[in-house]
Formats: sequence, C-alpha cells, structure tokens
Amino acid sequence: MATTTIHSGQERVNYLNVRTSVASWLLTLDHKRIGILYLLGITFFFFLGSLAAAAIRLELSTPKGDLLSSDTYNKMFTIHGVLMIFFFLIPSIPAAFGNFVLPMMIGARDVAFPRLNLLSWYFFMIGGVLATIALLKGGIDTGWTFYTPYSSAFAKGEVSLAIVGVFLVGFSSIFTGINFLVTVHKMRAPGMTWFRLPLFVWAIYATSLIQVLGTPVVAITLLLVAVERSLGIGIFDPNRGGDPILFQHLFWFYSHPAVYIMILPAMGVISEVIATFSRRRVFGYHFVAFSSLAIAIIGFLVWGHHMFSTGQSIYAGLVFSFLTFLVAIPSAIKTFNWMATIWKGRVHWDAPMIYALGFLGLFVIGGLTGLHLASLATNVHLTDTYFVVAHFHYVMVGGAIMGYLAALHYWWPKMTGKMYPQSWAKLAALLVFVGFNLTFFPQFILGYMGMPRRYHSYPEEWWALNLLSSAGASVLALGYLLPAIYLVWSLKYGTAAGKNPWGARGLEWELVDTLPSPHNFERTPIVTRPAYDYAHPEEPTAIYPAPRPVFAGGGKDG
Amino acid sequence: MSVKEAELHLGEARHEVPHLGEQYETIEQQNDAYTIGMWAFIVQEVLFFGGLFASYAIYRFKYLYEFVAAHHTLSVPFGTLNTFVLLVSSYTMARAVRAAMQQKHHKQLKYLLWTIFFASIFMVNKYFEYSSKYHHNLIPNQSYSAEEVIHHNHLKVENGMVDLGARKVPLEEFEGRTKLFFSFYFIMTGLHGLHVLVGIIILAILAVRAGMDWKRKVPHADYMPVEMTGLYWHFVDIVWIFLFPLLYLMGGQ
Repeated sequence: MATTTIHSGQERVNYLNVRTSVASWLLTLDHKRIGILYLLGITFFFFLGSLAAAAIRLELSTPKGDLLSSDTYNKMFTIHGVLMIFFFLIPSIPAAFGNFVLPMMIGARDVAFPRLNLLSWYFFMIGGVLATIALLKGGIDTGWTFYTPYSSAFAKGEVSLAIVGVFLVGFSSIFTGINFLVTVHKMRAPGMTWFRLPLFVWAIYATSLIQVLGTPVVAITLLLVAVERSLGIGIFDPNRGGDPILFQHLFWFYSHPAVYIMILPAMGVISEVIATFSRRRVFGYHFVAFSSLAIAIIGFLVWGHHMFSTGQSIYAGLVFSFLTFLVAIPSAIKTFNWMATIWKGRVHWDAPMIYALGFLGLFVIGGLTGLHLASLATNVHLTDTYFVVAHFHYVMVGGAIMGYLAALHYWWPKMTGKMYPQSWAKLAALLVFVGFNLTFFPQFILGYMGMPRRYHSYPEEWWALNLLSSAGASVLALGYLLPAIYLVWSLKYGTAAGKNPWGARGLEWELVDTLPSPHNFERTPIVTRPAYDYAHPEEPTAIYPAPRPVFAGGGKDG
Repeated sequence: MSVKEAELHLGEARHEVPHLGEQYETIEQQNDAYTIGMWAFIVQEVLFFGGLFASYAIYRFKYLYEFVAAHHTLSVPFGTLNTFVLLVSSYTMARAVRAAMQQKHHKQLKYLLWTIFFASIFMVNKYFEYSSKYHHNLIPNQSYSAEEVIHHNHLKVENGMVDLGARKVPLEEFEGRTKLFFSFYFIMTGLHGLHVLVGIIILAILAVRAGMDWKRKVPHADYMPVEMTGLYWHFVDIVWIFLFPLLYLMGGQ
C-alpha cells in the first residue's frame, strides 16, 4: 500500500505514510513516531488527572464536605497528584516534543538509542496503567508524596502497586535522559557546535542530567516503602527504630529537582517561541544556556526547604533557605533575557507567542511567591497552606503547561502538516491565562489567611474565595478543552502548513519538510550559522553538502 | 570545522560496517555513543545504590552497638570467598573484552564461560548464606527474632534488657534495630545479587553470539556489546567491594 503511493509520485514519503499498520506504530524506532505515542499517552493521563481536579474543585465550591467524603476527597487529590506529576508533567515536554524535534534541531537522523527510546515508552505506558489500576481499584490516599510512616505502615489500598507504576515511569524517565544526553553529545551534525545549539536543546540537556542523577534515588526510596509494606522491615517506621524524616530527605532529593524536570523544558520552549516571534536572536544566549545548567545544579542542593517544619535542624534550614534563594538568580536571568529579546524585536502575535507571554506572566508570579516559601520565617506561617498549593500550581501549571501548550501550538504544523485556526487558539490562550489566575490567585490569599491544604471542608468565611477559585477552574477547563477540539479539527479541515509557516530559523524549519521524512534530512546537513540568526535572513542556518560520487571497490585510502 | 572539511569527513565515513546503526555516520561515533550511554547508566546505578548506602550509614551511626552485634553473625569466610570469586570473574571478563577486540572468538567464548562460572559460584554461595540466615530466623519479616544475634555474641539479657557492655537496650528495641541491620543486608546484597543475575543472563547471550561468530569465522564482529558488558560487570564488582567491608568487616571501635 505504502509503496504504491511512493512510486506514483502523488505523495512524498513522510514519517506517517511510510508504514501505516498498527504494528508499525507499536514497534516503531522513529523518534518522531515515539514522540507522537508519548503525546497520546500523556494527553490520556492529563485527562484522567483533570477529572480528579474537577472533583476537588466541585467539592470545595461549598464549605461543607457534602459532595465527597473525606476519604474519597483524599483519594481524589492523590489521583490528581500522582497522574499529573509522574505521568503528565515529567514526561510531557521532554518525551513528546524533545523526542520529536531534538534530533532535527541538531541535524540527526534519530536519537542515539532508538530501541531504548521505544522501551522507555513501554515502561511509561505500563507504569501508567498499573498506577491507574491502583488508583481506581479502591484508590490510595497517601498524596503523591507517599509520606511515611502513613504510606508504609497504615495506608490501606494498592499503595505498592502504585509505587511499582511510579518506579517504572521513573526508569522510563532515566532512559529518556540517558538517550538525550548521548544524543546531544554525539549526534550533532558537523558544524553544530555547543554554542550554535538552540536553547531548547540546552534546556533538555540540563533536564536529562536531573533525570539521570535524581530519579534513581526516588526509585530506590519508593522500593523501600513497598518492601516495608510487605515485610514490615521498619526503615521508615519510628516504632521499630526507623526514621520517617529520612524518607522525606530521600524523596525530596529527587522530587525537588523533579520540579526543574518540569519547568526547564518549558523554559527551553519559551526561548524558541520568543526568538521566533520576535524575529530576533535570544538576548544573552550564553547566559540563558548556562542558566539552564545552573538551575539543574542548584536544584540538587535545595531539597531541605520541604522540611523546614518537619524536624530538620535550624542550621540545616538556614543553609537550605539560602541555597533556595540562589535558584532565583538563573530564573531571573532567563526572564530578563526573554524580555530583552521581545524589546526591540519585531513581535508577531501568533498563538504560540500568546502562550509564551502567558508563561512569562504566570512564571514570574510563581517564582516570586517561591521566595516567600524559601525564607524560614514566612515559611512557618505558610507551610501546608493553600499558599503552597497556589505557588506550585503557578510554576507547574502556569509555567510548565503554558510551555507545553506553546510547544504544541508551535510545532503542531511541523508534526501534522496542518494549521489550526489562529483566532480560536488565541482565545484559548487568553482563557487559560484568565481562568488560571482566577483559579489560583485566590488560593494565595486563602493560604495567607491560614486555610490548610488537603481538607474537604472549611469555615464559612473562606467560601467566597473558594467559589471564585472553582469558577476560575471551569474557565480554565474550557481553555484546555478548546485546543483539544480545534487541533483535532485541524487534522481534517486545517489549511496545509508550508515548510516554515512561522518564518522561523533552525534546522527543523529550514531543512526538514513539514510532515518530516522518516530520516528527517536528505543527507546529513552541515551547520554554518548559529541558532536564531534572524539578523542574516539570506544565510541559511545549515546546508546540504554536495552528494559524493560512489566509488566501486570501497577503497578509502589516498 | 570548515564546510570543506566537513564534506570530506561525511563522504568518507559510511563504508561497509555491517553493524553500524543507520542513525550514525561513523563507527567511532557509534562506539562513543555506546560508551557515554553506558557510563551514564552506571552513574544512574551509583545513585540507585547510593540511596541505600546513605541510609545504611545513617542507621549504623545511630545504632552502632546493635549493628556491630548483628554483623558478627555474617560469615567472613563466605564473604571473603565471594569477594575473591568476583574479583577473578572481573579478570576473566577483562580477558573476554580483550579477546573480543582482537576478534579471537574462541578465546572470547572461553573467558565469557569462565566469567559465568565464577558468577554462578557467587550466587550459590549467596544461596547458602541466605538459607543459613533463614534457619536462624534472621530474615527481616514478621517471624524475625534476635535470639541468634544474642546467642552468637554471648549477650546477657536481664529483666528484658540486653546488655551491650557500654549500654543496656530493651529487648524489643534491640530486636527492631538488629532487624534494621538485616533489612539493609538483604536489600543491599539482594539488589546486588539481582545485578549479578542479570549479568549472567547478558553474559550467556554474549557467549552464544561469540560461539556463532566463532563457527562462522566472522572477521569483524562488533566488540562493543562485550566491552559495555565488561563495564557493567566491573561496576557490579565494585558495588560488592563496598558492600563487603561495610556489612561483613567493619567493627565498632
């Protein structure tokens, strides 16, 4: 079937039509197809996690715990947290878009280890299915943090099964990290030096470092919890000489850097989108590149700020507080450089740019409120309140999901060959921005007034702000629903996207066809210009070398 | 690199190497990618075991006397034998890698089989050690009992207090803390044993391939899988080199 279309000359061979059977998808080694598989998987888990969020906001729209019992409520926020963090946010941008565009950006035919890449998708899916089974089969109520000794000694339900699911997705993340590290090191086309790399590649590289160095620690820690549940070994059980705070140390050693696994790739996307739609090289390229690495490194030194009020020594707290403030520096470097890029750029107000601007607004609020939590004195007042909930949603939803949506809208034409309706996309971006602020800004105020997180009922005087938050959540839901509709619509009815619909620089736009061919490039390209060379529109970023004559005999001496 | 140089480089690169993956330009690039990938995997393994080592260090510091008492029940001769066996297996592995690089398939097969042999001896010893712990109720599950630890160390128990010389500990707490030691012992050596087992399976696959290469007299077989397995194998050895003194040898003072 496929071969006839190739030979008839009607349709160019691309990564979608080259083979079309189900098996060709499930056994594919093509990084682009694996990216699409991830995209489908994470969309599914995002949908499930959103349902749980809807249940939470519905319950909280009245002060009494009338819709969900406290047990069910606990299960709902656990489902929401586990699915959104481990099965949506962590794989989202690196596994879906990193897979799709990173090899193209550096001029490679594929990632370094295509089979490992496919294996990591299977680990992700099997882990996701196991966790979903655990969450549906009676559910678990430990919260996504699995804090001991509750999770290890008291919690009923399928905690161990959920842990196995998270363990598997952890290794999926490690494999993806190893793959991208090696790909960036060894698969760059000739001429693609480190400082010609697009900043998205730098961001994914920094993310991969965290994935490889952090994830194994949480894997072994959760494994210990599962063993403790089945054998009662007592490593985290104070009744048997164990120490529950040790669990928190080990858990946050990964799970704090994991926040940067979520936000760094989004920052990479924002660098791409802002450069493209400002038609200008990212201001302070080197600073933005190194700030990604700085965030990855400092991110490993701040885990103790999750334990300011759980019995950590005050001196450790001081050091962790200081180190946490340091993270603000590379984050601010990025933000100011993006703004400097837009300033004096020729800004084009296309949909991905609207999402990127939304990212900037939300990320700045999320980042600055992080400082309130980083300082010891205010942390004591704000810990375990809705202030914390609002803060990390501003970073992880306002930041990471805005970046994810920007990426989706930016590379959608390249992935599908179709354009979506711009006005609808801009409306959706606006709805997400407004809905998000309506949902989560009131939670800052609630948290400041002392409303604790993880309760299904609250006093009457907090009703108005909670109602506002729930109303905002429905606007936000509409903002997420719209892209699902118009993007799917565009697959059939969208206008054909040209090779470079945004007028962007970069190998994936200049050389790779829309609907890329299976090997991305005709031949291995030679990179001649740095990334974002908008100042020299006549110079291509990369060229194809002249085809070499093939000599019989294969001698290569001379 | 200038455009001219790059063109020359690309054209020269792709010649007849049957095991060159289609995503790569040159065999050097492929081999480098394997090597970096394997090292990254080993770094990941270090952190995987690192969580356990850190936890063990903390509890050993906290419950020094109990941990020392419990560690006396481990058999140093068995541990020494296993250390020796693993070190020899590392040597035969290194010889197998060397033979693979030289395309001497028969020699490679021989040394791979020797490595499997020593690895298996290690596992058999581990089996004997584990079953002796089982007979003494030292498996850290619900039926765990510290009796063997007390008996082995000739500790006195009076009024429900265990006399550790420097201090007295209630029997119940003594049980919990020595149980912690055996929890770490079984999880750490168990995880290490699992790595040895995985290694044996990979070595067996490599041995079959070496045998086929030998029979078909393949002139340029890909030696990288053997070299990478060698890296992995040496890493597994090093983990044991740390486990052995930490669990078997280190005393209290």
